Amino acid sequence: MAYVAIADRDHEIEHHDPQTFITKYIWSQDHKVIAVQYGITAIVVGVVALVLSSMMRLQLGFPDTFAFITPENYYQFITMHGMIMVIYLLTALFLGGFGNYLIPLMCGSRDMVFPYMNMLSYWVYLLSVLILLASFFVPGGATGAGWTLYPPQAIMPGTPGIDWGIVLMLVSLAVFIVAFTMGGLNYVTTVLQARCRGMTLMRMPLSVWGIFMATILGLLAFPALLVSAIMMLLDKSIQTSFFMPAISSMGANPGYTGGSPILFQHLFWFFGHPEVYIVALPAFGIVSDLLSTHARKNIFGYRMMVWAIVAIGGLSFIVWAHHMYVSGMNPYFGFFFATTTLIIAVPTAIKVYNWILTLWEGNIHLRVPMLFAIGFIFTFIHGGITGLFLGNVTIDLPLSDTYFVVAHFHMVMGVSPILVVFGAIYHWWPKITGTMYNETLGKWHFWMTFLGTYAIYLPMHYLGFQGVPRRYFAMGDTEFLPASAQDLSAAITVSALFVAATQILFFINVIWSLWKGPKADPNPWKATTLEWQTPDTPPKHGNWGHDLPEVHRWAYDYSVPDYPDDYIPQNVPADTAPAGRDHGVHH
Amino acid sequence: MEFILVIVAAMLAGLIGWLLKQSFNTEPWIAGAVDEDAHRAPLGANAKVVALTTLLAVITSFFALIVSAYALRMELGDWIPLSEPQLLWGNTGMLVLASLAFQWTRNAAVQDETAKLKPGLLVTGVLTSLFLLGQFAAWLQLSSAGQGVTANPSNGFFYFLTVAHAIHILGGLYVWARALVRVHGGAPAVAVRESIELCTVYWHFLLLVWLFLFGLLLNT
Repeated sequence: MAYVAIADRDHEIEHHDPQTFITKYIWSQDHKVIAVQYGITAIVVGVVALVLSSMMRLQLGFPDTFAFITPENYYQFITMHGMIMVIYLLTALFLGGFGNYLIPLMCGSRDMVFPYMNMLSYWVYLLSVLILLASFFVPGGATGAGWTLYPPQAIMPGTPGIDWGIVLMLVSLAVFIVAFTMGGLNYVTTVLQARCRGMTLMRMPLSVWGIFMATILGLLAFPALLVSAIMMLLDKSIQTSFFMPAISSMGANPGYTGGSPILFQHLFWFFGHPEVYIVALPAFGIVSDLLSTHARKNIFGYRMMVWAIVAIGGLSFIVWAHHMYVSGMNPYFGFFFATTTLIIAVPTAIKVYNWILTLWEGNIHLRVPMLFAIGFIFTFIHGGITGLFLGNVTIDLPLSDTYFVVAHFHMVMGVSPILVVFGAIYHWWPKITGTMYNETLGKWHFWMTFLGTYAIYLPMHYLGFQGVPRRYFAMGDTEFLPASAQDLSAAITVSALFVAATQILFFINVIWSLWKGPKADPNPWKATTLEWQTPDTPPKHGNWGHDLPEVHRWAYDYSVPDYPDDYIPQNVPADTAPAGRDHGVHH
Repeated sequence: MEFILVIVAAMLAGLIGWLLKQSFNTEPWIAGAVDEDAHRAPLGANAKVVALTTLLAVITSFFALIVSAYALRMELGDWIPLSEPQLLWGNTGMLVLASLAFQWTRNAAVQDETAKLKPGLLVTGVLTSLFLLGQFAAWLQLSSAGQGVTANPSNGFFYFLTVAHAIHILGGLYVWARALVRVHGGAPAVAVRESIELCTVYWHFLLLVWLFLFGLLLNT
């Protein structure tokens, strides 16, 4: 078996067996260490973005109160908050973090197929983060073009950060894409080539499926961002006219000849929409595994779940222009993109039904990871349904520039994936660190975050219906808005600050657990997947000791009838356990 | 954007077709041994082949996106078609010969003829370098004739496409150089065979990309 041979290449593992502190924890080629490096960096930069959002909320809730938030600062905060959260936190954490940790462990391999390139991927990612953060400190500050960086305003006077900020942003994105490509080649190759014996594709846990498909989307879609970043850099630095129209600025002619800002939008959203699913698919996969494990039930409709992931991935490439309804596109195009957008709801709805049916008559354990997983179902349904509204051209046009859209996308791709991130961290924490966290603190963290985010985003939909425009620094005296709109905005700000502060509970839990948390059981959730069957917790370099595991069953043998335990790990041979559904009807 | 859609659809169709074959009629909930051969990894089961194929898909997407942008941008009023320097024909010839030379070297490696590897690699390197030098000369020719990057959007795309292609060739030359160093150090054919085979595929791929781009530039 060729792929087993790769999974078990002891001789290659020895080559990068860590010898010193530096090679073990800094220049490490171990996928688990790289995963933690990715995770810590992403969370640190995510906290920066969280602070930025708090400052935006301060301004929106209490305008004319904080002298240090100027209109320029406000736009810089918006831009950096959006870009950091979408790319440098969520993409990096799901694929670089969880992808790195879970793929080799769940597939039963010793490491990624190309460990050196994997290490490079992290360091190049860190470089992209540093370049991005440096833009706060250059003359003119970070770019304030909005996370979509639309030209011409992204590089024209009047927008903050047109000297250095936008250049650093574009360079940072290009560097990030290089890092992602190195990581992505590893994830795809490891999934296809380094699975252990018996681990067929259709026995892989859904977490791996989600990460695998998201990686493919990323590999095909990120080039669109790279192409647009390079072309905008050229427009900015040497006055080409790829995107920049013939325009006069401050009475002067900057020399552009008639480029197309819409072209940029096409390229940006050709990346931007798959990007939503680059974040969502790993979340879908992980949440499936959390629900199944903590409900002690096999995932409902496994094959349907796999094919829904693949179908969503494919469809995500033909919906991008639904972000551009307001650009004045041909109505027939609008009709086409509205149709494809509504079609993508079908496989997505299948997934939601299957999650709920997995819970049906399950033996539900409301532990912290499960709370976050169930919380995700709520927020995702809410965010998804408002997406159906906005997918229709006639509804999108009046709502597009209002807080309705802000509420929609924060619910569907802000709160939802972040709930999964927390659920996943709590779920795999015992394996990653070998210690347990404080359950009570974790539950407080969940409830305050979950209810708090509803307090932020539910009223925001209402503000959108009232017509409160997004992207504004301050509303001023606006006749069509009642005074209560500002009161609601202040209440949203209080909720947002509350939720931001609540995250301290998570960090306290992390520190407490590392400092004096009890030692974790190797398989505290009685889970079936391979990462819980490692000989050591946390797993050592090479993961599996002398022999690779051998897989005999799928990842969802929970509550199998006539079997003494309510779970059968994937590496338990068929003849030592009454088999699952092949011997009778499964609950 | 139709072009990138067709390309992405074709690539995804390939992947989905293979996945269908893997998953069709399987019953994952049934425990027991599986026919490992039926679940063999794709493409003859070699990690480097899979990684290279994936990388080629990424590069294909990259160039297809630039071509899509090209098609959209050329419809606008300020577009003046660029008349490409005749030198590009010669450069194309060099790249075709480089690809042939790499194929010859690859065949030698497969047939375990170690002695042919060094001359084969050297000839490939020289021809490829001539292509790059020729491209550089073409850029100089154009800019000295007043056809710089900013003279017209068609120029901008010409430079963007050709420089992007040249950078991919340079990346290939890095791997080529590593193979050459190993051959020079006395490595036998069997040790460098895989590297040379993969490089050959990469060279053929970049030749195809160039032929497509050159055809596009000539006809628009």
